[in-house]
Amino acid sequence: MAGTPTPSQVAARAEARAEVRAELRARGVGRPSPVAPATSGPRIGPEEVTGAQSIVRSLEEVGAEVVFGIPGGAILPTYDPLMDSERLRHILVRHEQGGGHAASGYAHATGRVGITMATSGPGATNLVTPLADAHMDSIPMVAITGQVGAAMIGTDAFQEADIVGITMPVTKHSYLVTDPDEIPRTIAEAFHIASTGRPGPVLVDIAKSAMQARTTFSWPQELQLPGYHPVTKPHAKQIKEAARLLATAKRPVLYVGGGVIRSGASDLLRRLVDLSGAPVVTTLMARGAVPDSHPQHLGMPGMHGTVPAVAALQKADLIFALGARFDDRVTGVLSSFAPHAAIVHADIDPAEIGKNRAVDVPIVGDLREVIGELLPELAREHDTHGLPDLEGWWRQVDEWRHTYPLGYTETADGLLAPQHVISRLGQITGPDAIYVAGVGQHQMWAAQFISYENPRTWINSGGLGTMGFSVPAAMGAKVGRPDATVWAIDGDGCFQMTNQELATCTINEIPIKVAIVNNSSLGMVRQWQTLFYESRYSNTDLHTGHGTARVPDFVKLADAYGCEGIRVEKASEVDDAIKRANEIDDRPVVVDFTVSRDAMVWPMVAAGVSNDDIQYARGISPAWDREE
Amino acid sequence: MSRHTLSVLVENKPGVLTRVAGLFARRAFNIHSLAVGPTEHEEISRITVVVDVEEHPLEQVTKQLNKLIHVIKIVELDPETSVQRELLLVKVRADAASRASVLEVVSLFRANVVDVVPDSVVIEATGTAAKLGALLAALEPYGVREIVQSGTLAVGRGARSITDRALDRVARTA
Repeated sequence: MAGTPTPSQVAARAEARAEVRAELRARGVGRPSPVAPATSGPRIGPEEVTGAQSIVRSLEEVGAEVVFGIPGGAILPTYDPLMDSERLRHILVRHEQGGGHAASGYAHATGRVGITMATSGPGATNLVTPLADAHMDSIPMVAITGQVGAAMIGTDAFQEADIVGITMPVTKHSYLVTDPDEIPRTIAEAFHIASTGRPGPVLVDIAKSAMQARTTFSWPQELQLPGYHPVTKPHAKQIKEAARLLATAKRPVLYVGGGVIRSGASDLLRRLVDLSGAPVVTTLMARGAVPDSHPQHLGMPGMHGTVPAVAALQKADLIFALGARFDDRVTGVLSSFAPHAAIVHADIDPAEIGKNRAVDVPIVGDLREVIGELLPELAREHDTHGLPDLEGWWRQVDEWRHTYPLGYTETADGLLAPQHVISRLGQITGPDAIYVAGVGQHQMWAAQFISYENPRTWINSGGLGTMGFSVPAAMGAKVGRPDATVWAIDGDGCFQMTNQELATCTINEIPIKVAIVNNSSLGMVRQWQTLFYESRYSNTDLHTGHGTARVPDFVKLADAYGCEGIRVEKASEVDDAIKRANEIDDRPVVVDFTVSRDAMVWPMVAAGVSNDDIQYARGISPAWDREE
Repeated sequence: MSRHTLSVLVENKPGVLTRVAGLFARRAFNIHSLAVGPTEHEEISRITVVVDVEEHPLEQVTKQLNKLIHVIKIVELDPETSVQRELLLVKVRADAASRASVLEVVSLFRANVVDVVPDSVVIEATGTAAKLGALLAALEPYGVREIVQSGTLAVGRGARSITDRALDRVARTA
């Protein structure tokens, strides 16, 4: 672990600066980028087709590869030409929610738009959760739903639901298409909206009558979006001011959010980290945006963040936020968050800037462009004013790192420590694998105890906190990145919400691996009951773990789904089980790690308290005064 | 709390009012009044919305509205530099004994009588919220039987039009 920058680090920073300047000049960063050609490729059509064929043709031309879906009455016409498409792979999921999260996992792992398809009514309403999830985590996704015939809309017809109305608050945009001629343009617009600006889910609801009608198909399509102009190029004046603040701050912290990953700006960010010499923290959505092995990386901030990350933000005189949104899980009680810090906030969504925390330097833009323009500006500041002296700041930060490293205590009941299982999983499998978590304690441990070195290797449901996300999202990630080892890290509660997609995985040869961190309970809820409800465990016991009836028995369940099932109960079995799972590549693997239910996630900032009151472990709070 | 008048130019598409109104509801912004209608451009509608918010949340309102794909442009209209009007239709009891004095109130406020029956009249008035409030207060003693009132409509003073540049965008992308 590096602390105060050594002479060699300082030299490396000087070198990084020179390199950055040369390369950015060569790449023409800072000059306006040429306008991309509308669409390349040959012009197609007009061809005489049905609306259903037009949907399939549009998806092909927009570059779709995979659709996760389930047919039903109102989408049936589309499934017929879909069967003949040689360019679209349709994966038949077992529940629409699984299809939606799979599309999310695919999008998150690849950066491409994920696609899910469902029928009207209940098929569409089952997509509400994945749409809301993708909306909160800015995931590019297009959902295509069948709707009852245009003449039936509004009559409470069989399997009719106003899905456009229902999903309006949880989509970036939505369409109801009743005119078959509008299908290609609508699908082109949906993909454009989903994947540009701040990414998000777009719903396209298409009446069955439009699928059955004759129409013409042509491509490319002219987009008609007069009200949609995401700003990607930052304002030069703000960049200058941000660079000045970063170059002169005494206690700066780079606060990195998921936007860095969405924008594909990790490489540039790495240079900013090196050049600035400042401590960096990565939020739950940004794990992997900066390598965990980087000496300036303090880990994750927030409710279950590291003490150094939380403390550095609290004591900072400058917070440099990149693609983050000052979420309540990061700030704790907002009024006491980082009281002495000036704020630079860069985001592609202007509505995020100043939403929660007042901002000194707002920067609206795509982070690739923002960081690209910041680098030469910061180098220029260093040339003019010299390198900032961060020695004192690093001394303090390193003291926190030394005193409060991430760790855990062994269990008192002799059962496996879940943190040990997750640590070993990461150590044995390595940083090239993709880890996909559900929601709860296992998610936090997976964020804390696995070292992420690359973007898009950590996938989870951050904003909505959707239990059941892991298995289907891992499936989608594996489809998008078939070369990568994909581990779903799940809890016994989460796993029971969506494990039906193991059938999809087995049948379609999507060999994901699932580590069930089985503490026989809804662990995070139980932790809160322990801490805040006098250990009264109301309805959190799931009877799946050690010494219980094991309903269901996850190993038998794995077997029933055609997966390899492995049970691990002792620490001595952990490594072998992980290695064995990593060797199996012809079917999914489920490892049931039965762990202690008393393990808790630490550190913790309890809900509704200040980040200053972070507890390192139960009842142990850092003594800030001593260090100041 | 202070009152702000926003003119929102939107694409004339189905559901656009739902999107705008829904946004206000779910972000917990208070709508004081709302008026929607066509503009001189067929493809653009104009929503005039009056909100009661502080300065900071107003910025959030505007930014969130701007995120709606169908919203083309938002302009805040200052009461000092814009004309703001509401329309009021009010049914007032007016028999032979009181009609003359009711009509006197009507002419004092430069309002019109648009319907007369032996025991009541319907009065039409336009003006600022303050003027219409004063008219209603003056009519109150005679017996107000029914009130219907529009949201505020507002347009900036001077020659400039807020739809011109918005229309350029529509033309460019169409």
